[in-house]
Amino acid sequence: MKRFARLYDELDDSNRTSDKIASLERYFRGVPAADAAWGLYFLSGRRTKRAITSNVLRKCAVEASGLPEWLLSECHAAVGDFSETLALVIPDHGMTTSQPSDRSGKDSLDLTLKDVAERLILPLPMCNETEAGALIREAWSILNARERYVFHKLLSVNFRVGVQRRLVARALANAAGIDAAIMEHRLLGEYAPTAEAFSAILSAAGPNDDATKPYPFCLATPLESPPAPDTDASAWQVEWKWDGIRAQVIRRSGRGGRLAVVRDGVVVWSRGEEVITDQFPELRALALALPRDVVLDGEVLAWEETASRRGPLPFAVLQTRLNRKHRNDRSEHGLFDQTDLVYMAYDLIEVDGEDWRSRPLRERRLMLESIVKEARATSPRSVLRLSESVPVSTWGDVGMVRAGATQAGAEGVMLKPINSEYHVGRIRGDLLGDPANAGWWKWKIDPMTLDGVLIAAQLGSGKRASLYTDYTFGLWKDGILLPFAKAYSGLSDDEIARVDSFVRTHTLRRLGPVCLVKPGLVFEIAFEAIRESPRHKSGIAVRFPRIARWRDDKRAEDADTVESARLLLNVRYGSMSPTTPAKKRSGQMSTPRGSRRSRAAGTDRAGYATQFDLFGPAPTGGGA
Amino acid sequence: MRTRGRCRYSLARRDSFGIHPLARLYHYVGFTAALPSFIALTPEGPYCTPGGFHIDPWRAVDRAVITHAHSDHAVRGCRLYLASRACAPLLRARLGRDISVQSLDYGQRVGVGDVTVSLHPAGHVLGSAQVRIEYRGHVIVFSGDYKLAHDPTADGFEPVRCNTFITESTFGLPVFRWEPAELVFERINSWWLRNREEGRTSVLFAYSLGKSQRVLCGLDPSIGPIGVHGAVVGMNEVYAAAGVVLPNVLHAGETNASELRGRGMVVTPVASGASPWLRRFNGPDGLSLASVSGWMLIRGARRRQALDRGFALSDHADWDGLNRAIKESRAERIGVTHGQTEVMTRWLREQGVDAFVVPTRYTGETTAAEDQEYPEGTQEPGSTPEPINTIPNTGLTQTGEQKP
Repeated sequence: MKRFARLYDELDDSNRTSDKIASLERYFRGVPAADAAWGLYFLSGRRTKRAITSNVLRKCAVEASGLPEWLLSECHAAVGDFSETLALVIPDHGMTTSQPSDRSGKDSLDLTLKDVAERLILPLPMCNETEAGALIREAWSILNARERYVFHKLLSVNFRVGVQRRLVARALANAAGIDAAIMEHRLLGEYAPTAEAFSAILSAAGPNDDATKPYPFCLATPLESPPAPDTDASAWQVEWKWDGIRAQVIRRSGRGGRLAVVRDGVVVWSRGEEVITDQFPELRALALALPRDVVLDGEVLAWEETASRRGPLPFAVLQTRLNRKHRNDRSEHGLFDQTDLVYMAYDLIEVDGEDWRSRPLRERRLMLESIVKEARATSPRSVLRLSESVPVSTWGDVGMVRAGATQAGAEGVMLKPINSEYHVGRIRGDLLGDPANAGWWKWKIDPMTLDGVLIAAQLGSGKRASLYTDYTFGLWKDGILLPFAKAYSGLSDDEIARVDSFVRTHTLRRLGPVCLVKPGLVFEIAFEAIRESPRHKSGIAVRFPRIARWRDDKRAEDADTVESARLLLNVRYGSMSPTTPAKKRSGQMSTPRGSRRSRAAGTDRAGYATQFDLFGPAPTGGGA
Repeated sequence: MRTRGRCRYSLARRDSFGIHPLARLYHYVGFTAALPSFIALTPEGPYCTPGGFHIDPWRAVDRAVITHAHSDHAVRGCRLYLASRACAPLLRARLGRDISVQSLDYGQRVGVGDVTVSLHPAGHVLGSAQVRIEYRGHVIVFSGDYKLAHDPTADGFEPVRCNTFITESTFGLPVFRWEPAELVFERINSWWLRNREEGRTSVLFAYSLGKSQRVLCGLDPSIGPIGVHGAVVGMNEVYAAAGVVLPNVLHAGETNASELRGRGMVVTPVASGASPWLRRFNGPDGLSLASVSGWMLIRGARRRQALDRGFALSDHADWDGLNRAIKESRAERIGVTHGQTEVMTRWLREQGVDAFVVPTRYTGETTAAEDQEYPEGTQEPGSTPEPINTIPNTGLTQTGEQKP
């Protein structure tokens, strides 16, 4: 545990990629395989079950520190991190707080990471409160403050160390002496933290034959400033940027995988590296109907196909699918049958067991086209679609295509160099240099914006602890401000300091940790989508809200109104399907509680900010 | 932990500090009732009526008793200052040669008006003092800033028996418990050594008065040359004149930059990583920046400054230190000021101590900058003021947790 805590510190302290990789490599080489196996487990972002509730942990802390609970809360508010607060207030090695604290911990006992994980953390979910308390106290009696901090992080569901999986893969690749891309592939998918599994990962030959493993996704970089309109763009393939769930459909019927999730050699992986085969049975059917073994990269979309409109539905519709395990697990809305899905394929990674990633996109695309054609010919009702590529000759054309994205139901355009290979992760490359070396780019349409008034603020956490950085913004309706979005990002440190001091001097009253502030500051809030939401007082909810800029030229009275926000409801999607009854639309969009976060789609999905519980529920059914 | 749910503010409900609204009202309206009647809280700061002087006033007044020379305690423009013998030259160095300072030895009692005043070591920085005021048998002690830990550059804290003890509370939370200074210096020195090996110049941000000198005494000069910012040079001279033994240092600048580059240690109050002044010391592998402050115990504060390292070393008392000093004063009443006032007050009351809040410079808990550990550094003569207070306020007084 000491070694792991030191690694954590090294990673935490260093800002350089090379240092981080060196630290990781030293760690993986230096510790026994059984420990390294667990180290890799945690470092690669895997989680144990929620081990203990913070309530139980707090009770133990009150007992061990002899401090009243309110004082722990004050400490937490000041420190901004529960794990760290606990680590700091627990006395070392059973000392009481009145004794001078010696945190050197030099001579303290040590536990191996394997011990900590298997003996102290894994049994916790099965324990009752007393047993859990005993385990926690045992850990505290051995670990010093730094180790306690890491231990608490391991207990919580949000253990993060600030290393991308990619760095872990590179460190392991160095340690094993193999190619980083192969290592990344090995790290994907299921992994049991045992010494054997770890040795297998480090072995030169490797268990590369596991049929279920997905390839690392090729990711796109946001395009901020496009080249001049008359620049040649013929080396680029332009596609729509779909707003769905990125998924890799794997069919390897020849080689059966070991996992229970694999049936008939078909498995569907989300970008968050979760198996979503069961959530989307259509995709399984699709894969089975394919003429040959392939691995496809594409997007799952909710699709509308009526006489008046043919195109994707908002992401919110697709979201209703995510938390359901099986098709017959129907909701009261019966949405499962109503929502039609398509799989928009845009790349081909493997054909008949052969890795096609190093072939140029042109070649992959031709093969993909023929496979899709063949599949649709043999099963006309297949949900497989080919993501259309739009011919362009200059960057001006690309801009024009992008301008039509809203009409097409897309959120922008994707730019892929036709000669490029299928990269691992995000490769930027030079936009105007040799396109063969360039990666994918995404050029989104401009977000929608509204000018909102700062109406409430809350202290941030982590790096922003003790600064007011979590803001709630309101829009006017009949002379009062109704909350419509919460945003945390978009301001510079300097601006945050200014808003912080405004909040401190203009607090009207406090609701627990929330300060309601005097309306005065106006901010332009950008967001990706807007929908009706009866759960919010303003009747609307926006997706991925963030602060675009501080409108210090505007007074609170000049901010936008709920009415002007409602006009935006019709801009996207709505205008394309005027025949869709409004009632059906709103019914589809009101996602049931708890299904807001889509685990399957990873963290960058379903970003609707919907936490306004403090302000109470909407008076009636909102604008439905 | 954020409490979600509806809550209403009412008279029946205690506020976030568990204090009844009426008690809070009493605090705001009648807080001076908790101070002995001969101390009044004026807009300029605490004022001793029968003595006719302010204690650490925050605006220019006629007569001021000063606990120590940090700028948040020693304000410019008073007609007459009273300070400890070691503090007086620091005041002159920072506020001007021409100010009128009367100095006292520690423990020396003088009559001022109808009261008796004496100063006692507070251990914070050179010349820092607790102010003891006695009037008709009642003794009140203003602690100023203090620490209990040993510091070769300051006289050690001495508990003073009193009836009312006014304590600071900058680090008045149980998360703040300092490691022994030797351990911190061990870490600073090994960081320096590693930087030297890899060709980086080490830069320590520490303020010019007090922290810099304490750090200089802890550095291992065998590792490499030590350079200090001009503001530190000025303070060092005063320290040396007071008999504090400091290692030999360079006045870091253009002339000796080559000596420091890649292997030296630069101690500077200028907390700005990219300043041109600093860049001239770039080693082959650049600079490694670190800050020395009690706040560095908190990861968030370390991260926010985007420094390479943060060393938790403070000239303020930690949680245990505050509680010990309060106990050893054997006072019947404890006034809490400057920092975690509400938390400390509630904690003490729950321990059965009669405690009350003494408001600081800014009313309530609204303003930033009040609990900055970093006072202004002095400037080199003729130089333009350099930004020193870029270390963000961690705002630890401003907590708003709803009680469960």
